Order: sequence, then structure tokens, then C-alpha cells
Amino acid sequence: MKVGLFIPCYVNAIFPEVGVASYKLLDSLGVEVDYPLDQTCCGQPMANAGFEDEALPLAQQFEKLFDKYEYIVAPSASCAVFVKENYPKILGKEQHLCQTSGKIYDICEFLHDVLKVDKLPGKFPHKVSVHNSCHGVRELHLSSASELMEPRYSKIKDLLAKVEGVTVLEPEKVDECCGFGGMFSIEEPAVSVCMGQDKVHNHINTGAEYITGADSSCLMHMQGVVNREKLPIKFIHVIQILAAGL
Amino acid sequence: MSTKHAEAATRFISNKKEESWHNETLWMVRAKRDNMAKDVPEWEQLRELSSQIKMHTISHLDKYAEQFAAAAEANGVIVHWAKDDKEHNEIVYKILSDHNAKKLVKSKSMLTEECHLNPYLEQRGIDVVESDLGERILQLDNQPPSHIVMPAIHMTRQEVGKLFEVKLGTEKGNSDPTYLTRAARQHLRNEFMTADVGMTGCNFGVAETGDVVVCTNEGNADMGTSLPKVHIVSMGLEKLIPNHKALSVYSRLLARSATGQPVTSYMSHFRKPREGCEMHIVIVDNGRSEILGNREHIQTLKCIRCGACMNTCPVYRRSGGYSYTYFIPGPIGINLGMLKNPKEYSDNVSACSLCYSCNNVCPAKIDLADQIYRWRQGLDSLGKADKMKKMMSGGMKFLFTHPSLYKTALSMAPIVNSMPRFMIYNGLNDWGKGRELPKFAKESFTSMWKKGKVQKKK
Repeated sequence: MKVGLFIPCYVNAIFPEVGVASYKLLDSLGVEVDYPLDQTCCGQPMANAGFEDEALPLAQQFEKLFDKYEYIVAPSASCAVFVKENYPKILGKEQHLCQTSGKIYDICEFLHDVLKVDKLPGKFPHKVSVHNSCHGVRELHLSSASELMEPRYSKIKDLLAKVEGVTVLEPEKVDECCGFGGMFSIEEPAVSVCMGQDKVHNHINTGAEYITGADSSCLMHMQGVVNREKLPIKFIHVIQILAAGL
Repeated sequence: MSTKHAEAATRFISNKKEESWHNETLWMVRAKRDNMAKDVPEWEQLRELSSQIKMHTISHLDKYAEQFAAAAEANGVIVHWAKDDKEHNEIVYKILSDHNAKKLVKSKSMLTEECHLNPYLEQRGIDVVESDLGERILQLDNQPPSHIVMPAIHMTRQEVGKLFEVKLGTEKGNSDPTYLTRAARQHLRNEFMTADVGMTGCNFGVAETGDVVVCTNEGNADMGTSLPKVHIVSMGLEKLIPNHKALSVYSRLLARSATGQPVTSYMSHFRKPREGCEMHIVIVDNGRSEILGNREHIQTLKCIRCGACMNTCPVYRRSGGYSYTYFIPGPIGINLGMLKNPKEYSDNVSACSLCYSCNNVCPAKIDLADQIYRWRQGLDSLGKADKMKKMMSGGMKFLFTHPSLYKTALSMAPIVNSMPRFMIYNGLNDWGKGRELPKFAKESFTSMWKKGKVQKKK
């Protein structure tokens, strides 16, 4: 099984350890991982801000780089679902049938649905509060959405349950937005910060030591709030917990 | 870089206590909705059915509109067609004039808000009395609604108490809800008794029978239509549904979605005028038929005006109804405002973090967030795109389509230990409001991979 690893731009620059953990875990599970060096950004920041046309050359570039892989895996639910849901529409305008949309997975989704991982080697003896990100929940369906009357599930919690010692908690308003929203965070800073503060407090109220989740962008936003207010909670991407000990 | 919404939201949030109260109060309604919905095992099927019924009805609107009007006329109702707000108001005024009416008592209607009926009639000497408690409070305070179902939700009972002291002569300092409601009730009772004409909105128009269905919790629509001799119904074209079987779907969805009640206290069916009385229905287009031809936004016509998208919206809850420039706030209001006049109402399009919660609560499964995403794509061609965002997007595209430049930027980022130029511009300041910037790693993932630091040694 050959997997193309997609490390989104901000993970690349700010959280390279998330990429390293992704590689290590996939490698330990016997997956052949390749990393095309010319990859950059999926284009979501521009598209969500209203400049989808700017994302077109990025989608074309992405198709060229990743078309050859059986699977494309990214440690970011939001970027993965942007490729999955929006690339067919963006490329369709140029009469191009998108090839990567059906092959891209968020790494948690990939571990849960494709590799069907049943045990993980590591230990993480800590209390964590799971951040259910909007795009992870409501677009990629990593967990049941609180608004929908469907059976409750969480692929992230399923995976965390395989790590020894970890205590998994969830905040009140279990999948409310943290207020990042890409350029929303700077176009509507007052609302965005307010949402971030509320979200962080809901996580802290669980008594957790860490906030964890599948989207580094939300974690980055909340970390900005925590650092400004010097609040007592740490951040870790869920893949770093799943790859503990590797 | 900020929109009128962002500026108004900043002002709203600056009163932290009020913002927090508003947020939690609306969230409580969302929680009540969840609680009610979970007891209906077929909830998601009902939403799907509701969506399909509405799509079917609006795509056969000509047929159902004619069927409805014919049935209503056969029942002895006088049916009027208004192509826009102006015609609507003229028709209503004509009916009032024909009966030499001086006082009109109304139940809640967002359509009459849309048509600016009250000021139109008041300018012509008609005494207009809102009879829904929330609407009456706002009318006494000379304010518009801040929510489509709970119009005065932004006001505390203390504020209402003070208002009633001045307007209704209630006891000083008494803000007991029961006391205030009783005072409003007594005051309204006299208005009902002396009104010449009663007016209602319409939640559903049943094409098969010509019935008008009005849902209230206060029974005020029934009072307003039982005493005066003339009843005028103001009805949007999209309120049509085929038959009572379809109605049974909405009667299960509407109140559960709106307020977390199993059903509204009153669900009144009006079919024909009382003996010796008159009943009029004014069917209003006002731009609705134009939306029919708009593939990207046609789904807004499925809206049953329950307000669930507002209650769940994390932005609405924290910015209040008045932060939006269109008279309907929240996700549905952003979309309806853009359909009404994109240049005038584009300031609301920023009020969305694209969390998609609205899509999931909507009992008609309107793709509210997807539509907001699509409106953003059109802002540039309207000349309404934010210049800074445009520059940043262009800069990012340039950088990200030049992988070698991107790699250079990655390697330089930790040196400057701040965002690279492409991500900064003036956006930096806005991020800095309440948040620290993230720290760049000493070495990017790409660089580590290139140097073989990531891969397992073979």
C-alpha cells in the first residue's frame, strides 16, 4: 500500500512534529509512505475567504503531485475534507475530473476505516479533552454531530481507547466551533476571540491536562488564546498520542 | 479590515455580561431543541421528507398557488396577489379604507416586517397594534425584532419592566414576568375589543383546502381574528404546501426546531370567514419567484422561519440580532439579505466561521453554510471583497504555486520568528486582538524530510 503524505502548510511550518508522528505511526503499521517535496497548501484559506479561483492552480498542482498514490493521508481533517469536497467542484470548472478527491483521508479516518487499527503500542497516562472540529465532525464525519439524531460514535475516541493510560474527556457544547474559521479569525476578530475563549474554558472545565484533536488549525487558534491569557492547559495533536512511544 | 457586522459585533461583545447572557440563553433553546428532537426516532427522516416536500412544492409553485387560491375562493375568502411590498401594503390599506378601519390588531408576521407595513399604515393614520408579547414590547420601545421567533430575546425582564412603567403604568421596579405579562394581557385585551380589523401572518398555506395555518403560543392570533369583523392574512408565496399530510410533517418539526416545544400552544386553522365577516388573503411574491431561477440559492425558499439556525449559530449568539444589517439575522438572514440586495447586505457575509451547524439543525435541510461560502465567491465581482483578504489570498496563491519560494519561506520563518510576510500584512494586528501568534518550528517538515531526518533508516 503506497500512501502519499500531505502535510498542510501551517503544519509544515509550525507543527512539523505532527508530520513526524504521522510518518512514524504509518510506517510502524507497515504502510509505505512517500512525501512529495513540492507540495504546498490545499487552497482552503483563500477559498473560504471568497477567492476560490486562487485555489484552482493549487488544486491542479495537488492533482499532479498526488495522483500516483493509492491513498493520500493528511493529519488535518479540515484540509483533507477541502480536497475531498471542494476539489471536484473547483477542477470541474476546468473540465477536469478530480482524481484525488476519492483517495484523500484524514489520518484518523485512515487508521480507523482503512487500516482498521486494533492495537497501538504506546502509553499516554494523561487526561485529554477531545476537540471535535467543525469540519472533522460535520463534513468528514469523524464523529456524530450533536445536531443530528443519529447513533453516537467517535472515530477519534475509538482510536484513543487503544492507547494505554489515556483518560478521554469531552467539553460541554461538545462540537461547538472554536472560532478559527481561517480568515474569519481576522475579519471578525471580536467574535472569533470570544468563541476561542469560551471553547478553551469548556475544555479546561473538564479537568484535562491537554486539548487534543485532528485539526492543528483549531489547536493553533485555541493555543493563541491560552498563551495570551496564560491558562493552565496544553495542546497535542491526536496523532502524537496515537504514535506515543514510537 | 472589518465589515459593519464585525464592528457591531465588537460593540455587542464589549458588554461581556450581556453577550454571555445572550449566548447562553440562545444555546438553552438549541439544547431544548436537541432534547425534543431526540425523542422522535424518525427525526432525520422527517427533515429529509420536509426538504423534499418543500422542493416539490416550490418547483410546482404555479400549480399549487392556483389550487390554493381557487380553494380559498370557493371557501368564500377574497384572495389578492401582491407582486412586491408596495402592492402588499396598498392592498392592505385599501381593505382597511373600504371598512373605514382605524385600528388594526396584528399577530406576529415577519412578512409584514419585510414589507414595512406598520410605518406605511401609521403614516396613513391607522393605529397598528402588535399583539404578540415580544413584538408588542418592541413596538412600545420602537425597536425592530432581533430574532425571528423570539423577537425581544435581547431584552432582560428588568428592561421590559422599566419600559412598561413608562408605557403601561406598571409598578415601579416590578419586573416579575407574571406581573408584566398580566399587565400586557390586560392592556391588549382592550385593543382586541376595539380593533376594526385583525391581521395574521401565515405559517402554512394548504393548497388542497385553501386553509391558512397560524402557529402561536399566546393565542393572540385567535383573539385578533375572533373579535374584529375582518381578517387579513399576509402570506409569502413560499408558505404553500400541498395538503394536510404534508402539514403533519411540519407540525412535528416547526415547534421542536424553533423553541424545543412538541408543538406550539395554538395551531389555528383558518378556512373561511365567520358568518357576516370577511376574510382576505394577500399572497406576496416580493422577489421570491426570482429565487426560483437561482440554482445556487433556491433552497432558501424551503425556509419555514423557525429560527433554529440562529439559535445554534455561534456567531449570532455572540453578536446579537442587531449586528446584522438585514432585518432577518443569522445564517438564513445572511442568505436572504444577499438575495434581496447583494450590494447593500454584503456586510453580513463575514458573520460565519463555516462551522456548518446551521445545515444540521435546519428542519428543511437548507444548505445555509454552503450558500454563504458561495456568496463569498461573488463578493469580488460586486466590488465588495475585502481588499486585505484579496491581497492576502493573491499573495498566498503566488507563494503556494511556487514550491521553491514556499520552501524558502518555510526556512526563513523561524529566523524572523514571526509569520512570514505573506501571511502577515495587517492581518497580524487583528489576530493579535486576544491571541498570541503561533511560534514557528526551528525546522519545517519539508526540510527535515529532505535531509532524511524523518524517514526510518533502511
